[in-house]
Amino acid sequence: MNMLNVIIDDKEIQVPEGTTIMQAADGIGSHVPRLCYHPILSTEGACRICIVEVEGMNNFTTSCNTKIQEGMKIKTNSPSLMQARRDLVELLLDNHPRACLTCDRDGNCELQNLSYKLGVRERLFAGERKRIPIERDNIAIVRNAEKCILCRRCVRVCAEVQGISNLSQLYRGFNTIVAPAFESKMDDSICIMCGQCINVCPTAALEEKSHTEQVFAALNDPTKHVVVQTAPAIRVAIAEGWYDEVGINATGKAVEALRRLGFDDVFDTNFGADLTIVEESNEFLSRLEKGENLPILTSCSPGWINFMEHFYPEFIPNASTCKSPMQMTSTLIKTYYAQQKGLDPKDIYVVAIMPCIAKKYEASRPEHFSEEGYPYTDAVLTTRELIWMIKAMGIDFKNLPQNSEFDNPLGESTGAAVIFGTTGGVMEATLRTAYFKLTGKKPKDLEYTEVRAVDGLKEASIEIDGKTINVAVANGLSNAKIILDKVKSGEKQYHIIELMACSGGCVAGGGQPLPNTSEYVYPLDSEIIKKRQAALYQIDKEEEVRISIENQSIKKLYKNLLKKPGNEIAHKLLHTHYSEKFPRGVK
Amino acid sequence: MRDVSHLNITIDKSIVDFIEECLQKEHPESYLIAVLHKVQELYGYLSNENMYQVAHLLGVPTSTVYGVATFYHFFRLKPKGKYSISVCLGTACFVKGADLVLQSFKNELGIDIGETTSDGLFSIDNTRCLGVCALAPVVTINEQVFGNVTPNQVPEILNKIKTKSDTIE
Repeated sequence: MNMLNVIIDDKEIQVPEGTTIMQAADGIGSHVPRLCYHPILSTEGACRICIVEVEGMNNFTTSCNTKIQEGMKIKTNSPSLMQARRDLVELLLDNHPRACLTCDRDGNCELQNLSYKLGVRERLFAGERKRIPIERDNIAIVRNAEKCILCRRCVRVCAEVQGISNLSQLYRGFNTIVAPAFESKMDDSICIMCGQCINVCPTAALEEKSHTEQVFAALNDPTKHVVVQTAPAIRVAIAEGWYDEVGINATGKAVEALRRLGFDDVFDTNFGADLTIVEESNEFLSRLEKGENLPILTSCSPGWINFMEHFYPEFIPNASTCKSPMQMTSTLIKTYYAQQKGLDPKDIYVVAIMPCIAKKYEASRPEHFSEEGYPYTDAVLTTRELIWMIKAMGIDFKNLPQNSEFDNPLGESTGAAVIFGTTGGVMEATLRTAYFKLTGKKPKDLEYTEVRAVDGLKEASIEIDGKTINVAVANGLSNAKIILDKVKSGEKQYHIIELMACSGGCVAGGGQPLPNTSEYVYPLDSEIIKKRQAALYQIDKEEEVRISIENQSIKKLYKNLLKKPGNEIAHKLLHTHYSEKFPRGVK
Repeated sequence: MRDVSHLNITIDKSIVDFIEECLQKEHPESYLIAVLHKVQELYGYLSNENMYQVAHLLGVPTSTVYGVATFYHFFRLKPKGKYSISVCLGTACFVKGADLVLQSFKNELGIDIGETTSDGLFSIDNTRCLGVCALAPVVTINEQVFGNVTPNQVPEILNKIKTKSDTIE
């Protein structure tokens, strides 16, 4: 590789050809301030904050998209650079609401943080400011274009990572806004509600629709029996609300915190995950036997399901009809559990803690309402919302006991369930149970590491009982596109495909904690995601029971209520259906 | 050929054929503006439905199509009115107060340049020099030319057209 000599901040270094000034400066510990840049997205050069001085160049140049040339002499700091960066941020602030004190992102806003770091202490350019109504009445995502600084990170993540391109820059100049086609509401667009735009937004221009107030109201309503369930990916991320360390397993503390918030029962979505595996592997094996509707496509990621309905409805017959673990758990709470407890399901209020934005939409789907007209899931809180609620109630999370346990009958789970929170996890869990069902014994090695796909796409062939099962795992919907197109064209044939909307799976969901932006870490940073994934695999490793079908509470559930996987009552309670949605997305 | 079996194609065949041609070329998406020109030429404006169909036929995200359509002033997003009003904003007209005449039309009709009244009767268009500077400020409404227009005359001009339109239709 051709190496180039360069001097940055008086340090002589050598960098490979193709390195940008920003990368080279990062390498020697000179962090150039930046705003529109995001490590997982293409470079945009829109904000101009990352400007540097290059000797011999008339103007400052953006370090994110200028490549090093032989012999460059670069300064990342000087009084005039500092002034120029301040001016740029002041101009952004001039067109931004002065609402920091009441903003959800207060303390966690990249613009606010940058403004502080650059020493912007007054606003010199008071002028006209854009006034755009807030789009509040969406089901899952609130769009506040007044707070948008046009960095285009959301536009890029939606196009590059998710392959959806729902958002674009519309109009021009002062009137520019970021919105879906025809300026339609997010709900009426091809938005699949994965929430990755929220994760990358440096301000509060895009946020989840908050359910915290309605949950507080339910908790304070003496006529309601309020129960909660928490998804696998929560337990390895929630501690980030208090600790700098990433990848802490805080299952017990989270359970304790939920109990102290006033929930009458704390259930585990993992129970639903085990149940999903039992139902789904049964569904798979019966399709395998009949040779129909293969490959089977997993159905637990509601972002992926939305994507299928808007982009690939031709694959609807392939999708597993199993409800997601959240919906299975909620349904059982208002049926099985209500019956056991002698409660009227109408008096039960079910809250789901999810790493996900699309779960808010999933809960609102008419398919997930009872025949009497009440929703099985009443409210969905993201990890971020739960962290805030715990803080709002003055619960000292760091000092909570670590060993609080979930309540029964929906609290027991296996190691196979917890890995639902990461890409490849549903596949691995399915294979464990499928092996057991086909051979009548446990697989020698429970860890199907060949399906642990971190980088978006992975395929493998697994031998079970003399049969070869071809599987594929895709996370990030641009990868889903690649795989589905190959299946459609006949280039590839699989038996099972696991699809998750978010890159890395639920651990990187749209509702997960944002890192502290005063450090040089970005949301969706691959190191953060890897640590959360590792924590899930560690929990699985430490579980005594690691095959869903061996979950004793689930055996009891089949004995008492469901009888057999896939039978009529299981179908009524645990399965769902999908339909083509409009507008259709351009593939 | 792209798979557009889900699309109920109502856009004119000439547009579909032109897009087909573009798809044979390298980087078909770069012909988006050319396609939108053809649509506007044929229909007078870009309807949401037509933009949606262009997006699917050409394989460009609908949001991108709408982003391009809203970026360029040339593209109209609403149909022209039955009477299309052009207030010349060339130099000669401008110094003789064409901006005030334009403002008067805007006030009377409650619309901006590029917009159409809700009854579909009037639209105001962006206009450069019409070449009749001796009559400045000049206004054209469809084919009819009005010279030496003052802001005060605007309500009367509009009224005449409205009455004419009422009696004829």
